[in-house]
Amino acid sequence: MPRVSFEHITKTYGLMKVLDDLNLRIDDGDFLVLLGPSGCGKTTLLNLLAGLLDVTDGRIMIGERDVTDLDPKDRGLAMVFQSYALYPTKTVHGNLKFGLSASKLPRDEIEKRITWAAKLLQIEPLLHRKPGQLSGGQRQRVAIGRALVKNVGVFLFDEPLSNLDAKLRTEMRLEIKKLHDQLKSTIVYVTHDQIEAMTMATKIAVMNAGVIQQFGTPDEIYERPANLFVAGFIGSPAMNLRKAKLALANGKTEAIFASGVRLDVSDYPFVAPPQNGNEVIAGLRPEHFTLAATEGAAATFTVPVQYAERTGPDASAYFSFEDDLLALRVDPDIAARLTPGQSMGVSYLKGKTNLFDAHTGQRL
Amino acid sequence: MNDMTASHKALGAEIAVRSAPYFPRKKKVITGRSIAVIVFLSICALFFCVPLYVVIVTSFKTMDQIREGAMFALPNVWTLEAWDHAWNSACSGTRCEGLKVGFWNSVAILIPSLILSIGLSIVTGYALALWNVKWAGPFLFILFICAFVPFQIIMFPLISMTASLKVYGSIWGVAIIHAILAMPVLTLIFRNYYKDIPQEIMSAAVMDSGSFWKIFFEIILPMSGNILIVVLILQITSVWNDYLIGVTFGGMGGQPMTVNLANLITISTGTVRYNDNMAAALLTAIPPLVIYFFVGKLFVQGITAGAIKG
Repeated sequence: MPRVSFEHITKTYGLMKVLDDLNLRIDDGDFLVLLGPSGCGKTTLLNLLAGLLDVTDGRIMIGERDVTDLDPKDRGLAMVFQSYALYPTKTVHGNLKFGLSASKLPRDEIEKRITWAAKLLQIEPLLHRKPGQLSGGQRQRVAIGRALVKNVGVFLFDEPLSNLDAKLRTEMRLEIKKLHDQLKSTIVYVTHDQIEAMTMATKIAVMNAGVIQQFGTPDEIYERPANLFVAGFIGSPAMNLRKAKLALANGKTEAIFASGVRLDVSDYPFVAPPQNGNEVIAGLRPEHFTLAATEGAAATFTVPVQYAERTGPDASAYFSFEDDLLALRVDPDIAARLTPGQSMGVSYLKGKTNLFDAHTGQRL
Repeated sequence: MNDMTASHKALGAEIAVRSAPYFPRKKKVITGRSIAVIVFLSICALFFCVPLYVVIVTSFKTMDQIREGAMFALPNVWTLEAWDHAWNSACSGTRCEGLKVGFWNSVAILIPSLILSIGLSIVTGYALALWNVKWAGPFLFILFICAFVPFQIIMFPLISMTASLKVYGSIWGVAIIHAILAMPVLTLIFRNYYKDIPQEIMSAAVMDSGSFWKIFFEIILPMSGNILIVVLILQITSVWNDYLIGVTFGGMGGQPMTVNLANLITISTGTVRYNDNMAAALLTAIPPLVIYFFVGKLFVQGITAGAIKG
């Protein structure tokens, strides 16, 4: 079954290079999420795969086939669009049927597939309605159905949930995930929403400025971000990134912040042996802090409270630390008791620090 | 388009009415100013209505009553004689076959010119707006320029071209010229309309089918209802009311109704048969009015249906 690979893809619009020598391999059955901020080239990459845009240079393979110069309809792909792109004058049935118009299938096979997809997506009662008579969630299902009937190995999703409200989005997220488990097809999914990426993907490719910053499983990307961009992009509240200097003494490696706070990083798995005085950026996840002096913490220090935010089951507290805010995830009950200006002792857990080179931004 | 959009529309209208600022209406006081306004407007209305009234009543009078000279009087005897005469046997030049010749000529010109001009421009507009056509920009620019070239400038070359195509002086000559002259404007209209179709719908269609004609007939054409009605009204009116192209390219055999009417009125010997002339003028003016009457309703429906947004 299909494995999708991009080989040395370059795409230019006029003089602007959107993608430059990009390589990416998607294994069969993978749920790949292309994640990145607006304008990072993720939708361009998807459109190149779909054939809606021409590559300037490079090769796209699906399975053993070179599809670089094939027409979109001949690539064996199905796509779900952000605005659903349903045909407004056709019924739901007509929409699904038109999805099969390039394939020369016998009529009963077409009907069989439409029935199957409608059943799977629970849109059977809607088959004779027009898109204008459907709600957002129903339209989304029809759009997915139109892709499903094609019975292809690779599905493309272009930010399909961004037009839905929060509740529906959660539901559809789960359904798409279930569909993937059921059909075992390869999915390429574009989004800027990290929750969607973290919950659905088996692999994530984080993109910025046309370059893949990191490619890996959601856990790898969250726990071991490859560089400062990924570290800052994934996670909410974002990872706290602070400049520090490495100090090696007495068999201990410590990162010393400008304010003199010392962070023990002896157990950090350095790729190359650290040097005394190396300038680094330490990344501290908000959830790895505790609001009390903890035995064997990597660092313990006192900081004044700025403000706290509660979002139902969660709460974040912001402290001022070295002229900037330090975000911590805290218990909502505690957050309610924090008063601005109050000094609190905080500890950072051992073994949870991320270190990046201050000059290259790469993980150490 | 459907119940739901209709009810939405109704709801929208209701909200608009409710949210309109409410002021207690001032008591109307008749002032010198308001009288002046009413008088002025009445004069304007009469300016259009009086001639129309005269035309209509005259067409139902007998020649005997007309000779009495009471222009504004109602007919003593209401008669359709003049209408019958104008339609069947009024003379234009040497032929005395009435307006019906011109009417059927106009119909024979209208139908092929409509099919030709709309058929060609709708496909051109579709291709220019939704497909990646090479040189589409320069082509559009040239079309735009063409839309503003006055017909009179290219009249003589067109005459010799139609002559060499052996259609000069026939119904086909007039129909083809109408179609060609309408092409730039109609193409621009269709192209601009199709530019508003969301790109994603086209992308989806290209991935689903990829066929230029299949996408056109199954997806795009059904979405074109409103603009087709608009273009239809535009074309029918301009073709039916045209005089210059008809008189130039129609020759003797292909004269449309307007040319027929002009000949009927201007070339006459003996007494001027006012009642015939008035009836003939009304007969010529009625077809576009009928079209407005029927299609105009669809026109409004088409605009409010919002076919594109779905």
